[in-house]
Amino acid sequence: KRRRLTMADILLGVTGKDYVLLAADRSAARSIIVFKNDEDKILELDSHKLMATSGPQGDRTNFGEYIQRNLQLYNLANSVPLSTHGAANFARRELAEALRRSPWQVNSLIAGFDKKGPSLYYMDYMASMHKVDKAAHGYGAYFTLSVMDRYCVKDMSLEEGLSVLKKCIHELQTRFLLKCNSFILKVVDKDGTRIIDMDGNTVEPPKPKTFNKSDDSDSKADE
Amino acid sequence: MSIFHHNGGAVCAMIGKECAAIATDHRLGVGFQLISCQRPKVYQMGPKVCVGVTGLSTDAQTVYEKLKFRIKMYTLREDREISPKALTAMASAMAYERRFGPYFSAPVICGLNDKNEPYVNGMDSLGARGDENAPFIVDGTCDESLMGMCEALWKPDMNPDELAAVLEKCMANSLNRDCLSGWGMTIYVITKDGVSTREVQGTRMD
Repeated sequence: KRRRLTMADILLGVTGKDYVLLAADRSAARSIIVFKNDEDKILELDSHKLMATSGPQGDRTNFGEYIQRNLQLYNLANSVPLSTHGAANFARRELAEALRRSPWQVNSLIAGFDKKGPSLYYMDYMASMHKVDKAAHGYGAYFTLSVMDRYCVKDMSLEEGLSVLKKCIHELQTRFLLKCNSFILKVVDKDGTRIIDMDGNTVEPPKPKTFNKSDDSDSKADE
Repeated sequence: MSIFHHNGGAVCAMIGKECAAIATDHRLGVGFQLISCQRPKVYQMGPKVCVGVTGLSTDAQTVYEKLKFRIKMYTLREDREISPKALTAMASAMAYERRFGPYFSAPVICGLNDKNEPYVNGMDSLGARGDENAPFIVDGTCDESLMGMCEALWKPDMNPDELAAVLEKCMANSLNRDCLSGWGMTIYVITKDGVSTREVQGTRMD
């Protein structure tokens, strides 16, 4: 039961020659209710690191933000950002120590680009961590890992990586019971993190929906 | 499935004549799903000592990290390398500290002391050590197969090449029959000259 709380979110990650590509589904749902379908599950830990998280909404955001803020603190205190390896191990240690106190039920994928190039770390909700070239969490993994094994090659270009992810998403949309209409794709490379669409074009960060009419008219006035 | 078998993995250590060897598989999984086939469970902790940690992967990592820290402190304080016997005692004490909330992993220690006498020992997750004069120690998901294979093939006073060959046979045959471990194998042979690593090809990749 513990594990099933983290299973429904889809997280995918592939590493290429000089980038790491992460994809996450955009629905926030529990049991039979969908709370929202424009959730951003991939957190920017710093300029060159991303962390995709899955699990109950509270744990997911709490853990993600905790790691993000501690990495910012490290950056401020030491004037140099932590390497991806360091950040992933920091996250692992926090999760492992909390495991027997008050555990976070969060599966994550930590991606980063540093002096050693691109790296992707798979981390279980129990804090077993491993550096991998391709990864997926949850039910989505059952459908997509084999697709990735078949089509991923070493030193892929971004176009090749995107085509693999497209195949994975198509597989999920065809065969997975839960609706997964939209995904958020983020890539991290030497220039930092950015949000991209399925064709590789950079898109603006999604603006959160506002439901207040007066808010809308204010923003129009500013333009 | 037991918590110790959740991630899979197997380790086997043997002694020979002034040499010792330890072998590990490469599988990391979550239940029956495979995450990686490049995850050996053995770490070199000194010029002539290796430690293999099987069991739940998160606890195996934590035990390795904590043990590594304690060994570094030992080396700084004592200004000498830790002997395998002392390392075993240290790991056992560390495990027992968590008697009522244990780490679900069991270290296997393999090495030569400064007189180049081989030593292998292991413990369970609570720190109960095995026989100090044991010829071989096995642990992991296929521990029963490994125990049988080692019992049949081990003989005393083997030189490093013979030891590696015997260990490879024991390990390969046990891993090939176990779905939760395998996916590659590495053997670490420890002699007075240090640790040599060899990745074994030709095991079943399934």
